[in-house]
Amino acid sequence: MNSIRRFIEKAGWPRIIIAMLLLSLFIVAPSVGVRVDQSITDTIVRFGMNGILVLGMVPMVQTGCGLNFGLPLGIIAGLLGATISIELGLTGLAGFAGAMVLAAPFALLFGWSYGKLLNRVKGDEMMIATYVGFSSVSFMCMMWMLLPYHSSKMIWGYGGAGLRTTISLEGFWLHILDNFLTVRIGSNFMFPTGMILFFAFMALIMWAFFHTKTGTAMTAVGSNPDYARAAGINVDKMRTISVIMSTVYGAIGILVFQQSFGFIQLYNGPFFMALPAVAAILIGGASVNKANITNVVIGTILFQGILTMTPSVINSAIQSDLSEVVRIIVSDGMIVYALTRVTRKSR
Amino acid sequence: MTEQQPLLHMQGITKEYFGNRVLTDVTLDINRGEVLGLVGENGAGKSTLMNILFGMSVIVQTGGYTGSVSIDGKEVNFQNPFDALKAGIGMVHQEFSLIPGFTATENILLNGEILHDNIVTKIFGPRLKTLNLPEMRAIAEKSIELLGVEISPDTLVAEMPVGHKQFTELAREIHRPEMKLLVLDEPTAVLTESEAQVLLTSLRRLAATGIAIIFITHRLQEILDICDRIVILRDGQVVKEVATSDTDIGQVAELMVGRSVSAKSAATEDYNESTETILSVDQLWVDMPGETVRDVSLEVHKGEIFGIGGLAGQGKLGIPNGIMGLYPAGGAVILHGKPTRLNDPAAALAAGMAFVSEDRRGVGLLLEEALDWNIAFTAMQAQNKFLRPLLGGLIQWRDDKAIQNVATEYIKALDIKCTSTDQPAQELSGGNQQKICLAKAFAVQPDVLFVSEPTRGIDVGAKALVLEALRTYNRKNGTTIIMISSELEELRSICDRIAIVDEGRIAGILPPSATAKEFGLLMIGKVKSEANSHE
Repeated sequence: MNSIRRFIEKAGWPRIIIAMLLLSLFIVAPSVGVRVDQSITDTIVRFGMNGILVLGMVPMVQTGCGLNFGLPLGIIAGLLGATISIELGLTGLAGFAGAMVLAAPFALLFGWSYGKLLNRVKGDEMMIATYVGFSSVSFMCMMWMLLPYHSSKMIWGYGGAGLRTTISLEGFWLHILDNFLTVRIGSNFMFPTGMILFFAFMALIMWAFFHTKTGTAMTAVGSNPDYARAAGINVDKMRTISVIMSTVYGAIGILVFQQSFGFIQLYNGPFFMALPAVAAILIGGASVNKANITNVVIGTILFQGILTMTPSVINSAIQSDLSEVVRIIVSDGMIVYALTRVTRKSR
Repeated sequence: MTEQQPLLHMQGITKEYFGNRVLTDVTLDINRGEVLGLVGENGAGKSTLMNILFGMSVIVQTGGYTGSVSIDGKEVNFQNPFDALKAGIGMVHQEFSLIPGFTATENILLNGEILHDNIVTKIFGPRLKTLNLPEMRAIAEKSIELLGVEISPDTLVAEMPVGHKQFTELAREIHRPEMKLLVLDEPTAVLTESEAQVLLTSLRRLAATGIAIIFITHRLQEILDICDRIVILRDGQVVKEVATSDTDIGQVAELMVGRSVSAKSAATEDYNESTETILSVDQLWVDMPGETVRDVSLEVHKGEIFGIGGLAGQGKLGIPNGIMGLYPAGGAVILHGKPTRLNDPAAALAAGMAFVSEDRRGVGLLLEEALDWNIAFTAMQAQNKFLRPLLGGLIQWRDDKAIQNVATEYIKALDIKCTSTDQPAQELSGGNQQKICLAKAFAVQPDVLFVSEPTRGIDVGAKALVLEALRTYNRKNGTTIIMISSELEELRSICDRIAIVDEGRIAGILPPSATAKEFGLLMIGKVKSEANSHE
């Protein structure tokens, strides 16, 4: 009894309830004609697609900058990297690696200035971050039209100028990670080994970083900035580093997302990317100033699992095509639920 | 006891929280016009006893209590604080419960406003009655006057100094005509010594009007000054009830902790005036709100414990905070003959100075983090200790094992009560948190250690242990310690020399053997001109 209680206390009721719900969806699934193996594959793939974006929440949370509602900024850096890589005609692994390398300087620059901005608005980071995200997306809506891209794969067929809203990755680096060492069982189960390994690699880097002197200092800044300052730490510098890291993870995260999804989505594509990532880490048990990699893994599996399962099960159960409506209700409902879970650990 | 029936009679009070007995058979009487001192260490059961008296919901929710409480001979059992208020019991808490945007009058008569009818009430009912401000003002004035202080009833609470807020709160309790018994929980904790004196005088005056007062404080001298009787609680039991005239501070302190507090050791005899100067401060100014330092020059000798005292707000706290770079400062600070950079905490730490802040929870600790982090963090960041270089020094990897070892070592050395090195700092008691702060500073192995208000808000027993730890550290390692405290007795018990700060300047430096009168005169700025002429 005691060990059960301790487990509940450690995991927290919200996670247990959501996990139960997810489990019951898997149990109900066969009876309404939804294949369990197919569903598990979908859940794993979605986890791999979104994992790194969620991971990008961690550094900013740890330094007390709050949840990164400005994730679109990192995503834009990733999009710039991807489009430039295609423009240069890079394909396959070179294309994917090239996109990451090309995205990096943008992510560093955006992250640095975004960090400087957040240092001026201490206490209101999340509000400001939301608008930084939104306004940068709107700004880029103009830039995608105006930037001098020429690749016929990307620009509008008519007019001959400006990028398309969606660009297919077919022939570039579609499923480059998904297809690496893929395990297939039967016709319905697929395990995207490459993508999961890549996530693990990115998580390992994050884990290692928080075991260095700088990472430790960042955690202390989030716990108590006054303590950190008294220990001789440059608080603003640590916060800026964390914002840069979050932005770089956002850029890499979207590249991984796209190679699996198959398309680069420009214009309003990044608009609502921050919310699911924020919701996932909150459901994973993070607070506004404490998060770890376990929160990321658990939160992403639960959030993406529910998001995969609910529409397909409900759809099959009521025999009509409501999947998009159900998906929106479930995902926004989970986001609202997660945001009500926001806790700021008292200092 | 006298023939007269006691105002309050608590008989055989026993209270358990989840099987954990916190009060055992406590019996307490108080008569009209009497001032009763209630003393005990933290956790002795004082607050629980007062919560029972007040009918606080926490008591009812945890299964009530056994025993009886009677007022004027009638047994009562309050279910909530409103019942207690109606029965004429008032309480002033340590934390203020005043509305900052309201004036003194409005706060004093909050929820007891004098109302009168107007045209609108005839139509819409009594909820729209207007305030009778002149009458309210008169009542507020009367109760402020009763306290013997001068506060304008029209001042906004937000604009008052701390002392006046305390008086306003007190005035709110006493303006009610049915007031019979007043409970004061650490009312002087936030006051300066002079304000505390005024408060004590007003309490005596209140008692003279027939109000009974229960006075709870850590400052034993105050208890001795104003109480008629003292009840000492220890581990939930009344260990002694004595008339103030039959006891002294030593006995009370001893009964409280249950072990004899080591008598003040005189200043270290081996202190030698001629030892070299380790730290010299020249014309230091520090812009710390409420503790401005204007012009301080000091010389501290190697290996001594140097005390800095003075009244609150005179700038004594500004000195270490300025030297350590936490607040904007100017002037010269010379350590080992080399000037240190001001306004840069990292530089101050690198130069070999460490600081135990007076703001323990705000600056001193990472409350949510484990104890080992709390202890090792400053040394790690400022001096690259507990790190392992990887890839040829490119990566500074945190050495968790070394951190744990050093934490275990200090926890043992300082006798810190905790479950393990992984326990979050917020779960420790005040005294143990203070020891963690000391351990953090010790881990830096400084040449000069600043310790600011090391015993603020911790109980008598823990105080002695903290001071002892400082003294031992000073002796063993020859570390120069500069201790800042508002408790003169504490400074006299441990320091080799004591500087008194007044109005942001050093009023004078005295040996601990100087009389209380000499110190007192420096504190209130009486001999400043004389001290200055010495320099």
